Amino acid sequence: MNRPELQAMGERERERQQSYRCRLLCCASTPCLSSGATAVIETLKQFIKERELDANVLVTATGCMGPCSRGPLVTVQTRGLEDVVYEHVTPELARDIALSHAAPEPKALDRNLLAADSPFFAKQKKVVLSNSGLIDPERLECYVARGGYGALAHALREMTPVEVCEAITRSGLRGRGGAGYPTGLKWDLVRKAPGTRKFVIANGDEGDPGAYMDRTLMESDPHRVLEGMAIAGYAVGAEQGYIYVRGEYPIAAKRLENAIRMAERRGLLGGRVLDSSFSFRIDIRIGAGAFVCGEETALMASVMGRRGQPSPRPPYPAQSGLWGMPTLINNVETFGNIAPIIDNGAEWYAAIGTDKSKGTKIFALAGTVATTGLIEVPMGISLREIIFDIGGGIPNGRAFKAAQTGGPSGGCIPAEHLDTPVDYDSLRRLGSIMGSGGLVVMDDTSCMPDVAKFFMEFCMDESCGKCVPCRVGTVQLHRILEHITNGSATPRDMETLQELCVMMQETSLCGLGQSAPNPLLSTLRYFREEYQAHILERSCPAGKCTMDNVPPLEQGADLQRRARSTTSDAEVS
Amino acid sequence: MSVVTLHINDELVSARSDQKLLEVIREQGIDIPTLCHLEGVSDLGGCRLCLVEVQGSSKLLAACVTPVQEGMSVYTHSERLVRYRRMILELLLSERTHTCAVCVTNGHCELQYEAAELGVDHVRYEYLAPQLHLDASHDRFTLDHNRCILCQRCVRVCDEVEGAHTLDIMGRGANSRVITGLNRPWGDCVSCTSCGKCVQVCPTGALFFKGSSVGEMEKRHAFLSWILNGRERKEWQW
Ligand SMILES: Cc1cc2nc3c(=O)[nH]c(=O)nc-3n(C[C@H](O)[C@H](O)[C@H](O)COP(=O)(O)O)c2cc1C
Ligand code: SF4
Ligand code: SF4
Ligand code: SF4
Ligand code: SF4
Ligand code: FES
Ligand code: FES
Repeated sequence: MNRPELQAMGERERERQQSYRCRLLCCASTPCLSSGATAVIETLKQFIKERELDANVLVTATGCMGPCSRGPLVTVQTRGLEDVVYEHVTPELARDIALSHAAPEPKALDRNLLAADSPFFAKQKKVVLSNSGLIDPERLECYVARGGYGALAHALREMTPVEVCEAITRSGLRGRGGAGYPTGLKWDLVRKAPGTRKFVIANGDEGDPGAYMDRTLMESDPHRVLEGMAIAGYAVGAEQGYIYVRGEYPIAAKRLENAIRMAERRGLLGGRVLDSSFSFRIDIRIGAGAFVCGEETALMASVMGRRGQPSPRPPYPAQSGLWGMPTLINNVETFGNIAPIIDNGAEWYAAIGTDKSKGTKIFALAGTVATTGLIEVPMGISLREIIFDIGGGIPNGRAFKAAQTGGPSGGCIPAEHLDTPVDYDSLRRLGSIMGSGGLVVMDDTSCMPDVAKFFMEFCMDESCGKCVPCRVGTVQLHRILEHITNGSATPRDMETLQELCVMMQETSLCGLGQSAPNPLLSTLRYFREEYQAHILERSCPAGKCTMDNVPPLEQGADLQRRARSTTSDAEVS
Repeated sequence: MSVVTLHINDELVSARSDQKLLEVIREQGIDIPTLCHLEGVSDLGGCRLCLVEVQGSSKLLAACVTPVQEGMSVYTHSERLVRYRRMILELLLSERTHTCAVCVTNGHCELQYEAAELGVDHVRYEYLAPQLHLDASHDRFTLDHNRCILCQRCVRVCDEVEGAHTLDIMGRGANSRVITGLNRPWGDCVSCTSCGKCVQVCPTGALFFKGSSVGEMEKRHAFLSWILNGRERKEWQW
């Protein structure tokens, strides 16, 4: 396939879509599937067939639309009407929707409507997710109809690899996998590195508890990731790419596999891409459920079939990665940004966001907010806007206590910093990180030492065990947090915690151990009095911890006290 | 091979550009503790005892895996480094069960030696003391997980020098264990040649010859440089 053929394909598909009076887009991403989307889609298809509406109504299974906690969701595009979104759709409701919208005089229902101008949608800016929820991820034509693979065609034909790297650098894009390393700089390093073969890896391991940005992107718009990788391959001089998909994401892996096959069949990947001299193959590698395999050196070991353990850097992957060859490794969301940058220009992209953090970021909004789901917002938006406007605030009349960003490597941000702009550097100053985009909102029933314990337990279980500070340090920190939350801690434990945390940050081999103390340190910084209440007063202000133990040195006194109280009870009765 | 110059504790020194920091530091007669490093096999960078401060780097770097670089300035014994080394040893001593008084390597143990050198006279962390088993199925050697520090020296020597790869690590985090075969009793592993290299390089009492009593197990690693010099440079010193 060449460029005119690509354009013709998009044109044909657009015409086909416009020939329907109404299109029913049904979300078929994991959260909606688990709340019953399959039944909705089946019912609709059956119904359309029964009523012989095939010529007028098109039912499409799409990717995620955002407000996942309100699923299953159905978006209806009707000729002559505004697009509308229905929430909590049941098979019965689906039939009514189809009837009402497919009628010669189409009309929206007045039930289960999600207003299109609600702040949930209005405050978002969709760049990476611009196709998500609007296209069928299993059909290449749908992606091409929305301009897909146009950026790749443009780059191959009109740009040199150097120019591609420059464009990415000028756009100000930074890695979305956590650390925020400038993407253009990384590409340029790999491009310049000497090597007979080079590789591109998309990191879709996404192990943070509660995060599902990368899964959604891979499930909802797999070609977007592939296109980004192919452009990267062209820019750095690689002919082989790998997508490392977390083992728990079978749907994402299946859709990616299907997408790769379709793109290869049409000559958009594989040998001589788009009739140019550039070839690029992509293979999928499935992880085996280790958080640490998201770390780049461990991931590469895993791709090569070795034990997934980090190794010391330098050498960085850009110098010596897969099989000792220069390797570019980026997060899948980072790759999702590439096509829009090439399509619309680096300057367009650089105009979104803040001075040092450009573009948009996807967050998985979770916890105690009215609407949880997947959102894409411009960098620099305040936490308050995300939680209270987009998320609709804290339900059940409770008060906001803290927002946790960055998962087990991040920290908790208290109410006094709600107006901080969300960007890499501001979050870091607050002792948290942007991370890959998990955002958990907590109300005043959460106990901060308990939250810290949860994340420490996660890191303890996920530590690979290679280096001592992380392997033993996480266990010791978890023990101390257990003492704090069960009432057996002493004031000395606070010092030990603090000292061990700093030591782990500075001495651990990889990012897991270096950042494992972050949730703990940030709660110590903002909620110190809660720790003190647990230790000095042996009480849990949030009422979460049972506190039924005593510190070792007080056990004697405690026994006596209890013995005395039981005798006095006996006397009374 | 080109030569680079660098500063170690403010002294100007020169080194070959393919050297690792640890080698250069030791050539200067500076004593720096190590546990996972073993001359003759690849480096792991796991024990973190050899960490040094490098000016201009925000991170502490493990000397055994860090290549020298022109103009770098390295400090090996700052107050912070010594404190961290002590903490690492305390963590190691707390991880399994180290009751030296009844240990086969008492008096010859590298962990014990480094702890004594750094003045670790007590451990501030809770002793985790997991009850692990002991594999005595091999006719000549015993593996006691309760004293293993997971330095992987045995794994590397068995793979890289003996070429048997009988040993490896299973599990992760605090549940990591040295295993023999595919987690079979050592005595059942046909791949083991009973060469004893793993026992000799083990820094602790985790691997020992059967029949050793308290304090009797002394390890010798001189054989390693002897084998490697012979193999690589054909210098056999009988
Ligand atoms: C313990 C650990 C886990 C990580 N997990 C992920 C992950 O799940 N996905 C990801 O993209 N990056 C993850 N990273 C970051 C990667 O090492 C790497 O920095 C990233 O993939 C680079 O891509 P970027 O420049 O596009 O951000 C992890 C890092 C650490 C230390
Ligand atoms: S910091 Fe933790 S995860 Fe990273 S290498 Fe060390 S033990 Fe493994
Ligand atoms: S292995 Fe070393 S530190 Fe452990 S008990 Fe034996 S002598 Fe002591
Ligand atoms: S005795 Fe030799 S072959 Fe057997 S496990 Fe030890 S090093 Fe490997
Ligand atoms: S058995 Fe000995 S050499 Fe092997 S990992 Fe344990 S302590 Fe290290
Ligand atoms: S999964 Fe359906 S809206 Fe997110
Ligand atoms: S000797 Fe360098 S990390 Fe163990």
